[in-house]
Amino acid sequence: MRFERVTVDFGGQPALDDVSFDIRNGESRVVLGESGSGKTVILKTAIGLLHPSKGRVFLFNEDITGRREQEMFSIRARVGMLFQESALFDSLTIEENVSYPLVNQKSIQLDEEQTHQRVEEALTFVELGHTLEKFPSELSGGMRRRVGIARANVTEPALVLYDSPTAGLDPITANNIMALLVKERDLRNATTVIVTQRFQDGQIMAKYRFDRDSGELRAASSDGGSVSGLKFMVMREGKLVFEGTREELGLSTDPYISKFVLRH
Amino acid sequence: MLDILKGPVLSIQEFFQLTGRTLKNLPKRPHYPRDILNQMDILGVGSLPIVLLVGFFSGVVMALQMSRALRTYGAVSQTGPIVAITLVREMGPVLTSIVVAGRNAAGIASELGSMKVTEQIDAMRALGTDPVQKLVKPRLIATAIMLPCLTAIADFVGLLGGYLIAYGVLKLTTSEYWNGAYRAIEYNDIAQGLIKPFIYAMVISMVGCFCGLRTTGGTQGVGLATTQAVVVSSVWIFVLNAFITQIFVTL
Repeated sequence: MRFERVTVDFGGQPALDDVSFDIRNGESRVVLGESGSGKTVILKTAIGLLHPSKGRVFLFNEDITGRREQEMFSIRARVGMLFQESALFDSLTIEENVSYPLVNQKSIQLDEEQTHQRVEEALTFVELGHTLEKFPSELSGGMRRRVGIARANVTEPALVLYDSPTAGLDPITANNIMALLVKERDLRNATTVIVTQRFQDGQIMAKYRFDRDSGELRAASSDGGSVSGLKFMVMREGKLVFEGTREELGLSTDPYISKFVLRH
Repeated sequence: MLDILKGPVLSIQEFFQLTGRTLKNLPKRPHYPRDILNQMDILGVGSLPIVLLVGFFSGVVMALQMSRALRTYGAVSQTGPIVAITLVREMGPVLTSIVVAGRNAAGIASELGSMKVTEQIDAMRALGTDPVQKLVKPRLIATAIMLPCLTAIADFVGLLGGYLIAYGVLKLTTSEYWNGAYRAIEYNDIAQGLIKPFIYAMVISMVGCFCGLRTTGGTQGVGLATTQAVVVSSVWIFVLNAFITQIFVTL
C-alpha cells in the first residue's frame, strides 16, 4: 500500500494534505492522531472509497487512482476492513453479516456448506461462535466489534485495515480486542494497518506476539523491544507529521507528537 | 448569485447521474431477486391498507360532492361516469402516489440515510457490493411494479365507495352506476391511469434513494433527508402530473 503525495479534499478543505508513505507486504502500521486528523480518510482512500484530488494511490502494486467503482471490487476482495463502530448490517443476522464478503465477492466460489464452515471458524476465532442467529442489535459494542473483526478476516485477505478498533470500549474489552488483532496478525502474517487514538493499542501491537504453542500473547522480545516490521505514523490536521518505530516515536521532541504519546 | 445556484444545480446533476446509473444497471447482473421481492412486500403490500382507505374514502367523497353539483342539472345518474373518470385519470394515480411517497420515500430515505451515517454503505462497497445494484435497483423495480397495481386497487375501491353512496344515498340502481362507470372509461384513461403511477414510482424511489445516499451529519441528517425525500417527491408528482395530463389531453 503506497501513497504518493496524496491530497483528499472535502468541499475545499483538505482532509489529507500531501501524504506519502509506503507499507510493504507483511508489515504492520499503527496510525495515531486526534479525531479529524485524517486517519480514517487514509484507510478509505486506500481502498478507493474516497478519491484523491491530487497524488497517486497504489494497492498491491497497482495504481488505483481514479479507478471506476466496478474495477475496484476485485482489488477490494483482497482487503479486509473493520469500520469505526463496526458498520454491521442491521437487517442481517451475525452469520449473514460475516458471510457477506464470501457470498458477494465474485472471486470467491464457495458452496453453502463451505461458507457456513468458514463463518463458524471466523466467529469461533473471535469467541462468538454461539451468536450466528443473533442480530447486531442484540450484541454489546465489544461483541459487535469482534463480529466486525471476523467479517474483515473471513476471506483471509492479504491486507487488513482496522479503523479505531477500540473506540468507545472499556479498557478491558479494548485490550481483549487488541489481543485478537495481534493473534490474527501473527497467525496469518497479514499486512495490518490500525488507526487509533489510543497509544496503548500501538504498544500492544508493538510489544506482543501471539505464541502458537501456548495460545497466548508473549512479549516480542525479552528486552522490551518491538515486533519487527511495525512502524508508527502520527497524523495532524491531514498531514503526516511522524513516521518511524516505537523507539523513535518515544524519542521525538516534537511538542505535538510527544504530547500525544505522553497523554495516552 | 452563482454560488446560490451551485448547490441545487449540483444536486440535480447528481440525482440524474444516480438515476442514469440505476437505469443503465437494470439489465446487468447481479439482480438480487430476493431483495426485489422483499421490497415489493415492504413497499407494496405494506402500503395496501392505507391505499385502500384513501381510495375508498376518495370515492365516497367524490360521489357525495358530484351528486350535489349534478342535482342542480338533474343529472344525478351521471355520478358513476364522473366518479370513474376522475378516479382513474387523476385522483387514483395522484392520491395513491402521494400516500406512497409519504410512506415509502420517507422509509427509503431514512433506511439508506441510517446506513450511510453508520458507514454500512461504505462497508457494502468495501465488501464487494455496488450499493446502486443492491439497494437502489431493487427499490426502483419494486416501486415501479407495485405502484400501478396499488393505483388499480385504489381505483376499484374508490369506485366501490362511490357505489355505496350512489346506491345508499342517491338511490341509483346498481346497473345504472356500474354501467355508467364502465362505459365512461376509455383506453386512453386506463393508459394514463397506469403510466402516471409508473412514472411517479420512479420519482418516489429515486428521490428516496438519492436523499438517503447523500445523508450527512448523523441522526439529524437522517431526519432532514427523510423530510426532503417526502417534500421533493410530492412536489415532483404534482408538477409531472400537470405535464402528463397535458400530453394526454392533447392526444
